[in-house]
Amino acid sequence: MPVLVRPPYGEQVTLIATESLTMRYANGVTALSELTVGVAPGIVGLVGANGAGKSTLIKILLGLLPPTSGRATVLGLDPVAQTEQVRSRVGYMPEHDCLPPDLVAAELVTHLARISGLPRTAARERASEALRHVGLYEERYRQIGGYSTGMRQRVKLAQALVHDPDLLMLDEPTNGLDPAGREAMLALIHRIGTEFGISVLVCSHLLGEVERICDSLVAIDAGRLLRAAEVSAMTTARDVLAVEVTEGVDGLAARLRELGLDPQPDGRALLVPLAGEETYDVVLAAVADLDLPLHRLDQRRHRISELFREARPAPEQTGQEVAGVH
Amino acid sequence: MSTEQSVIHDIGYQRYAGVRLGRGYAFRALYGHSLRTAFGLGRGVLAKIFPWFVAGVITIFAAVFIVIRTQTGEAVGSYEEFADGNGLLLIMFCATVAPELVSRDLRSGVLALYFSRPIEREDYPLAKLAALVTALWLLLAGAQTLIFAGAAFSVDRLGAVGDELLDLLPALAYSAIYAAVFGSLSLLVASLASRRAVAAAVVVAAFLVPTPVVGVLSLTGSETAQHLAGLVSPMTVVHGVGEWLFDVEGAGLGAFGPLYGVTVLALVFACTVALLLRYRKVAS
Repeated sequence: MPVLVRPPYGEQVTLIATESLTMRYANGVTALSELTVGVAPGIVGLVGANGAGKSTLIKILLGLLPPTSGRATVLGLDPVAQTEQVRSRVGYMPEHDCLPPDLVAAELVTHLARISGLPRTAARERASEALRHVGLYEERYRQIGGYSTGMRQRVKLAQALVHDPDLLMLDEPTNGLDPAGREAMLALIHRIGTEFGISVLVCSHLLGEVERICDSLVAIDAGRLLRAAEVSAMTTARDVLAVEVTEGVDGLAARLRELGLDPQPDGRALLVPLAGEETYDVVLAAVADLDLPLHRLDQRRHRISELFREARPAPEQTGQEVAGVH
Repeated sequence: MSTEQSVIHDIGYQRYAGVRLGRGYAFRALYGHSLRTAFGLGRGVLAKIFPWFVAGVITIFAAVFIVIRTQTGEAVGSYEEFADGNGLLLIMFCATVAPELVSRDLRSGVLALYFSRPIEREDYPLAKLAALVTALWLLLAGAQTLIFAGAAFSVDRLGAVGDELLDLLPALAYSAIYAAVFGSLSLLVASLASRRAVAAAVVVAAFLVPTPVVGVLSLTGSETAQHLAGLVSPMTVVHGVGEWLFDVEGAGLGAFGPLYGVTVLALVFACTVALLLRYRKVAS
């Protein structure tokens, strides 16, 4: 009898899927163009420059905008035909300021919980809980107008969380926060995605920020898919060894090439793709053979931002990458 | 487990397994919240001052009605005329409450939070409209009912209470017409401005600017023009319906009574449709 383990994000296999999704506004601007992507449950980063089409994608997924062509599913539901079901299971935190300043935080979040369909008592209890989870328990009976930017972002997160959604869509959640506030917000999102068991779609134009908390990343540029992959797959395959010698760099590069490695010059260092532990031995032996003064040898994790930069000139590969995410 | 127990305040995240009610419930919740907002409930003291000032003044008028009636035995006017007499107060109420209901939400951007929830786009303006119309009706009908209560205690025979009630009921319907016309027009106008002060000024203008036109037409025009003059202003058009259906004293409509009725219906309908169109566009 096999032991059945409930997957952490419910039975859902595909969180969000789009098929040739295209959005063209009335003024002729194409916000999304033939976007086909599928992501599994977990914390998903949606990255791209401002104007890349991230917010448009979220609005389509929420059923706020009908796509020009193509289709999308959220939690297996169609946001155009099953808008009500989608919205009752999704929490949305908009990018811009969206809080009435003259309301008390607890009252606003309770009210919005009721609009999401929670009965009065449950709405009040869950509003308190949601505000506690985002760290605003003590301040919840104060007017929002007196809150700092960081506190407002937390109220926005609390209202998205209050009806216990299966998916949170966060549009630039760290906008306007100072470095400490950003760290706290990212830690909170990570906690929601892991401990709370709620899938999260985090939109950001700062890749370096979301890559640390995400399970998978989707990068879009000018409405097109740049790349989509799981973060683990991106980083482990791309680790490199940085070798720095005070002299004889060219000689070392030639020797390493003879040994079947592919060193790339990077400033004063050489970057050697790390295949395993033996790569260290090969490099050290080569340095010893040439009797070069070794200055530094360390493993360097390729930043994902570099990977996306590499991917940019070749968007035709995207189809293959998409398949990898499923 | 022991470490979790030592941190009493953190019981971890609880999933919600209770019922999730649908769109109808969400609509009622928004309606109830908006009706409370109309009277400043759940808000600071400043938001309460004006609605309750208007409610207080109307109550004082009603009390004066009762006192004169009990002292002299003669009514100052009918229940319908009481509603007519409070037209300016209703406009002031609309000018503060309609912006409070819609302009504030436009300005703060909170609509994004509503429209990402299981309500439809038209639910929001309809719930706000229903709340404002209800608030206006409660103001008038509450005072009229108060006058009725005063009258019921001062009559000498029981049958007179029944007569009094028959006087009251049509007046409550007349008040509902006032509420529908004033509510739909002022909410539409307020929804076009996101600054509360601007919205308030425009609401007042929408009601008061046509009034001199009515005056000029009814003084200088032909007899037909005088009969039709009331159609120009929202205040006088409701009054015209009163003359036609509720025996309210007025300048005379000739045979145009039904036209006033149709105009009221068309005005409320047009304002509601325009309001819906407005919210189709906004914040998408």
